[in-house]
Amino acid sequence: MSILVVAEHDNSSLKADTFKTVAAAQAIGGDIHILVAGSNCQEVAQQAAKVNGVSKILVADNAAYEHQLAENVSLLVTELAVDYDHILATALTTGKNFMPRVAALLDVTQISDIIGVESADTFIRPIYAGNAIATVQSLDNKKVITVRTTGFDAVASDGNAEVVAIDSVTDAGNSSHVSDELTVSERPELGAASIIISGGRGMQNGDNFKLLEGIADKLGAAIGASRAAVDAGFVPNDMQVGQTGKIVAPDLYIAVGISGAIQHLAGMKDSKVIVAINKDPEAPIFQVADYGIVADLFDALPELESKL
Amino acid sequence: MKVLVPIKRVIDFNVKVRVKPDNSNVDLANVKMAINPFCEIAVEEAIRLKEAGVATEVIAVSIGTKACQEQLRTALALGADRAIHIETDLELDSINIAKLLQKVVEEEQPQLVILGKQAIDSDNNQTGQMLAALTNMPQGTFASIVKVDGDKVNVTREVDGGLQTVALTLPAIVTTDLRLNEPRYASLPNIMKAKRKPLDVKPADDFGIDLTPRTKLLKVTPPADRQAGIIVESIDELVEKLKNEAKVIS
Ligand SMILES: Cc1cc2nc3c(=O)[nH]c(=O)nc-3n(C[C@H](O)[C@H](O)[C@H](O)COP(=O)(O)OP(=O)(O)OC[C@H]3O[C@@H](n4cnc5c(N)ncnc54)[C@H](O)[C@@H]3O)c2cc1C
Repeated sequence: MSILVVAEHDNSSLKADTFKTVAAAQAIGGDIHILVAGSNCQEVAQQAAKVNGVSKILVADNAAYEHQLAENVSLLVTELAVDYDHILATALTTGKNFMPRVAALLDVTQISDIIGVESADTFIRPIYAGNAIATVQSLDNKKVITVRTTGFDAVASDGNAEVVAIDSVTDAGNSSHVSDELTVSERPELGAASIIISGGRGMQNGDNFKLLEGIADKLGAAIGASRAAVDAGFVPNDMQVGQTGKIVAPDLYIAVGISGAIQHLAGMKDSKVIVAINKDPEAPIFQVADYGIVADLFDALPELESKL
Repeated sequence: MKVLVPIKRVIDFNVKVRVKPDNSNVDLANVKMAINPFCEIAVEEAIRLKEAGVATEVIAVSIGTKACQEQLRTALALGADRAIHIETDLELDSINIAKLLQKVVEEEQPQLVILGKQAIDSDNNQTGQMLAALTNMPQGTFASIVKVDGDKVNVTREVDGGLQTVALTLPAIVTTDLRLNEPRYASLPNIMKAKRKPLDVKPADDFGIDLTPRTKLLKVTPPADRQAGIIVESIDELVEKLKNEAKVIS
């Protein structure tokens, strides 16, 4: 069997998530190759060559792939797919964008967001905001799969794969990149952090997120948010944790002023240890919290910061 | 320009689904159903485009059992002009849904198709992208701003790092994210009016598409239970527990 993993990167560095997607590929078993599609992305290819258990890195280095436009990347991946039984990408916004196009062009359905591998054609994935876990068998001849990284442990960075350039360029010509407005932060990314502190509607405004920042700085934590906090404009969209935002599973997740709606729990309930700070003793978040404290967050947060 | 809005009937987002005791699937008997929240945002966006004079006609389409006519009526009450129901009792895989929608696109020739980014039941996040590939259209997924400008549409997308704006040549596909708009409620007069709006029913079998399942659901189980822990009385106790019991901070 042969497996193609599409790398998640920003043209300069390979995302840690790809190491987890490769772990899923190893669970399927077979000869694993990584595709790095990007622009001026040779550095990424070198990093990919070190991913454990991978034999070949395909590098498509062209301006057409600079912004991971789905129209272009999907044509490239579909073209390469003839040589593979499985095509895997990470279930983050880039993979979620282009992979279903690949599936449709190959006339298969995609198996989205897998968290486990039963066999080469049978996979485990959460449905209904994680309130049910489905075991699904793919009946298609090729498997197009996106991998939820919280389901797999990263493989090591001790490999030595061969790097091969892909010269063919696929530019669909019907879309172009206009601009990016990326959130700049010194803190770890949500997906990579081992501690996350998240604020909800209870924070009242964006300014009050400073109360979380002091704690995050002491703990080396990332900062997240509920949908309500994002909708209200307290913080940017990329901080949303949940069913339809980011799925995280850190060692420690501290939920502050978050009620614990199904959709929020879907994004964090696989965290190792959950702490809830909420003034309402009936808040559903306490049902999943290992440690709860019934308190006004405006008292609790400064005290917590001072005692860390 | 015409705007096509495919919508899905799903479990109401407030309901916590239960797994059937025989682990064959989830139990949807007597469960409250609704229009998928992201599809509702799609309907709202289409209606706003019409109100802004950009769209001339809004067509809602849904694929499923007779029951999904209820959600089509909701879309009509919200402001869609007409509806198409593609009737089937089968649980179709996304690729087959996308193929049926492709036929509708070929027939209706919309300039814009707006779908929800994901259905909150299957959580697949793929039908819009698949339809885009099958119709050879560009896509703006996870949209938080949609601006039609001549023969182009600019879509600002919610991505992992923040926001990304792309320019797409029409006709194009958009899938909605939560921040695109806040859907309105249907007024009583509009609900009454919706009953008289056209709703075409077409059997899925008439489309000449092979709808053979591409997946087999082997089993559905409840997620691992998480036990509620303890309520601590003070921040001191919390810090002590996190250090010495959970050992997650030092
Ligand atoms: C289609 C769809 C997708 C969704 N996706 C997501 C998602 O991905 N992520 C997500 O988070 N939500 C999502 N939601 C929204 C979800 O249903 C909830 O509305 C949301 O999570 C609520 O956010 P919250 O807990 O911050 O706000 P609330 O539910 O309003 O809770 C606020 C909490 O703060 C507490 N509080 C207030 N003041 C204080 C204080 N001074 N001190 C201590 N505690 C205080 C209150 O007791 C309350 O429990 C989605 C909803 C839909 C329909």
